[in-house]
Amino acid sequence: MISLRGIERVFQVGDQPVHALRGIDLEIEAGSYVSLMGPSGSGKSTLLNIIGLLDRASAGKYLLDGRDVTALSDEQHAQVRRDKIGFVFQFFHLIARLSAQQNVELPMLLAGIPAAQRVKRSGALLERYGLANRAHHKPEQLSGGQRQRVAIARATVMQPPVLLADEPTGNLDRASGRDVVQILEDLHTSGTTLIVVTHDPALGQRAHRRLRLVDGRIEQDLRE
Amino acid sequence: MRWRDAMRFSWGGLRAFGSRTVLMTLSMAIGVGAVVVLTALGEGARGYVVNQFSALGSNLLIVFPGRTETGGSGTGMLIGQTARDLTLDDALALTRAPAIAAVAPLTVGTALMAFGGRSRETTVLGSTAQWKHIRRVELQAGRFLPDSDPRGATPVCVIGRTVRDELFGSEIAVGKQVRIGDRRYRVIGVMAPHGQSLGFNMDEIIVVPVAAAQALFNTSSLLRILVEARSRADIPRAKTQAEAILQARHEGERDVTVVTQDAVLETFDRILRALTLAVGGIAGISLSVAGILIMNVMLIAVSQRRQEIGLLKAVGATRGQIRALFLTEAAILACLGAMAGLAAGLGGSALIRHVYPALPAYAPAWSIAAALLTAGLTAVIFTLLPARRAARLDPVLALSRR
Repeated sequence: MISLRGIERVFQVGDQPVHALRGIDLEIEAGSYVSLMGPSGSGKSTLLNIIGLLDRASAGKYLLDGRDVTALSDEQHAQVRRDKIGFVFQFFHLIARLSAQQNVELPMLLAGIPAAQRVKRSGALLERYGLANRAHHKPEQLSGGQRQRVAIARATVMQPPVLLADEPTGNLDRASGRDVVQILEDLHTSGTTLIVVTHDPALGQRAHRRLRLVDGRIEQDLRE
Repeated sequence: MRWRDAMRFSWGGLRAFGSRTVLMTLSMAIGVGAVVVLTALGEGARGYVVNQFSALGSNLLIVFPGRTETGGSGTGMLIGQTARDLTLDDALALTRAPAIAAVAPLTVGTALMAFGGRSRETTVLGSTAQWKHIRRVELQAGRFLPDSDPRGATPVCVIGRTVRDELFGSEIAVGKQVRIGDRRYRVIGVMAPHGQSLGFNMDEIIVVPVAAAQALFNTSSLLRILVEARSRADIPRAKTQAEAILQARHEGERDVTVVTQDAVLETFDRILRALTLAVGGIAGISLSVAGILIMNVMLIAVSQRRQEIGLLKAVGATRGQIRALFLTEAAILACLGAMAGLAAGLGGSALIRHVYPALPAYAPAWSIAAALLTAGLTAVIFTLLPARRAARLDPVLALSRR
């Protein structure tokens, strides 16, 4: 379903080209649970961003559901992100002036979904994640765990087949982290492809397929 | 994205940065308000002048001595003499013209007027009975100058309202003897209040027969001759006839200028309209300054809201949508600013009208439309660049910083 061939990513730092990714070949089947691990600067976030179409590869081919997305325009990338990919970030990235529910509605707002349907779907998700009584709170009135659950609701409200999480527990205490992992794994169980970038070996070990990146190359690919 | 959702979202963005929004709105409002008030002032001045001229009486022509035209060397230049004076006989000759209904010769000077223990420096106007008719003057008491031979210097006078109040107080003025300069005159009438007319305060003048004024000021010339045409259609003919008669009387020399009230009015109208446009344009510049402020603040907003923009992109916003959101913010700002400015401008104009009732200071519709349009356009145009910058932001970089 996700198919990367010969993916390179080169950043220009001053006049020095820096290879963040070198010749990545990777197939991820639909419904997998994959963790990306590796030291800082190994390129795992860059890889996640390329899979999420937030970033473009310098070279190589990327097929998503059999469709070559490397050649798509920025506008088309935006649409693919909206409909097929959900992002969960370490720092939540909720919009401070919007309530929890409005944050969850955001992707639907951009997709032009009518207000009544937005309220229904976001309300249902918040309830499922145990935030029904926090729907009208601003992010600053929520705990870290609650914020990340709002962010997960936002990432899944368009029911994307792929969920990408970049250090989803990196900014949470252990208990909140467990809740968040539970939610993510439940989503995986119900069929979503889950790719998690993490430093935390405990979290990484939970994945069914574990990739280890070093210096922009896949060094280890373990499957259960 | 639905436009109502875009409006709500942008409005939220503006509300989140309240003081910045207020400042931008204020700059917009000042620009629009300035255009409205200044054009209202210009239009008021124009309206004032037009009113003054219509108070002068319609179908009016004015004859000045001298000719405002450059030609070859005339006899006058050779013998070193300037324009020939207008005389009372010139004025009387004009009454023969078929297109002319009435003629009023005019001599003006100032003299000391005294009654009892009081005296007052006054503008003395020498004319004939026709003046009352041409200038549409009403009397409050007594009668106007007699319609006798204008060459006779009958020692009578008609006085303005203020002159009457100041010299006579509560006494009856009509029939009293007054002293003007070194001569004695009998007051035969008091004019009703007329107020300002063409720089003259009609209430502060006294009118005497033209021959009496000439004797008083020791002159045989006239300042000008007021001529009334029989009808509006007769104005051009009255002009040619008056010019022909005076040319014949001045030995074939065309040494007078006849202007119609329309021509004068039109000139003033043109000048003041140009002035209105000019001040409106200058005020318009303040609008573009507001535009630059908006651009500046929007650029800051884009860099402050990098994370928000990056996130919007991550959840599927296209470049077009990001641009649209920022332009919507600008449009909302422009609307708010324009409304506030319009309200302030109309309020300011009303205040001017209240303080100077003579000035019909109403902003013309075209200036209001132009101000609103300029406000909208500047806001949107100056936001194009920041909006473009926001749309092109790299989402990875935008999200990477906390």
